[in-house]
Amino acid sequence: MAMSVIWTGLVLCSVLCGAAAGQLAAVSAGALEGAQAAVELCVGMAGALCLWSGVMEVLRRCGALEGLRRLLTPALGRLFPAAARDEETMDLLAANVSANLLGLGNAATPLGVRAAERMARGSNGRASDDLCRFVVCNTASIQLIPTTVAAVRSAAGCETPFDILPAVWLTSALALTAGLLACRVLARLWGD
Amino acid sequence: MEQFTALLVPGLLALAALLGLAKGVDVYSALAEGALDGLKVLLRIFPALVGLLTAVYMLRASGLLEAAGAALEPVLHLLGIPQEVIALLLVRPVSGSAALGVGAELIERYGPDSLIGRTAAVMLGSTETTFYTVAVYFGAAGIRRSRYAIPAALCADLTGFVVAAWAVRMMSF
Repeated sequence: MAMSVIWTGLVLCSVLCGAAAGQLAAVSAGALEGAQAAVELCVGMAGALCLWSGVMEVLRRCGALEGLRRLLTPALGRLFPAAARDEETMDLLAANVSANLLGLGNAATPLGVRAAERMARGSNGRASDDLCRFVVCNTASIQLIPTTVAAVRSAAGCETPFDILPAVWLTSALALTAGLLACRVLARLWGD
Repeated sequence: MEQFTALLVPGLLALAALLGLAKGVDVYSALAEGALDGLKVLLRIFPALVGLLTAVYMLRASGLLEAAGAALEPVLHLLGIPQEVIALLLVRPVSGSAALGVGAELIERYGPDSLIGRTAAVMLGSTETTFYTVAVYFGAAGIRRSRYAIPAALCADLTGFVVAAWAVRMMSF
C-alpha cells in the first residue's frame, strides 16, 4: 500500500512539475522510455543473475551454509547473549546470517522470521535489545557476493562487474558497525 | 587488485564445480536449478520495475529530480555524496525494486565504471530495504513496540551511503 501512494505521488509530481516547466512532451516520452528500459534491464541482467543463482545453489548443496554457520556461531553468541541461551534460536540465527552472507535472500528471510519469533516469546510485544540488534543486522545486509548489482553492471556493458567488491565489503562492514554502535547508545537512552 | 577481480569469476565457477564434484553433488543439475531460481526472481521484480522505471523516467524528464538534487546539494556535498544519486538515497530504505530501478538507471546513464555508476552500485550492494525488513521481522514476531530498532537501522543506512561515496572515490578515482 505504501508503494501505491509513493508511485501515485511520483507520477503526480512529474505531471505537475513537467507542466510548470513546459516539459510535458518530455515527460510523456519518458513514461514509455521507462517501461522500455525495464525490459532492457531485465533482459540484460538475466544471464548474469541466472548464472550466479546457479553457482550459489551449487555452493549451498556443497554444505557452504552449514560451514559458515559453524564458523559464525561463537561470534554471534557474543552479539546475542540472551538468544544464545536457547540452542534452536541460535541455530536459526546463525543460519539466517549465513544465508544473507551468501546472498540467498529467499532462504534467509524464513529462517530469520522464525528466529525473531522465538526471540520475541514472552516479550509482550516489546522488542528486546537482542531482537533490535538482530533486525539491524538484517537491514545492514552483509553480502559476500552482491550478485544482483553485478548483474546490473554486466547489463550496462561492464567487463569487470566485481571490481566494486572491496568497496562493498568495506561499506557494509562499517554500516553494520555503525548500526550496532547506535543500538548500544540508544539502548541506554531509550529506556523502555 | 586487477588480477584478483579478474580471477574472481572464473575462480569461483571452478571452485564451486570442484567442491561439488568432491562432495558428490550433481553439479550440473544444481546449476540449472539455481538458474531457474534466478529467472523466478527476475520474473517477480520485472512487473515492479516496469512501473518504477516509468515513474522515474517521467520524474527525471520533468526536471524535479535535478531540482531536488540541487536543493540538497549543500548537505550532500558536506557528506561527500554526488547529488545525482539523491533519488537512490530516498527510495533505498523503502522499496528494494524501486532502489534497483533507480540504481540501474544511474549505472546505465553514467556508465558502470563512472564515479556515479560505481557509487550507485556500492550503495545498492551494501544496504537493505530497511522499512520492509523491520516490518517483516517485527510483524512476524508480534512486536508492537519497536523501540530504537528503526533509528539504529537508519543510522546504519546513512553510514552506508557516506562510506560508499567515500570508498568509491578512494579506491578507483
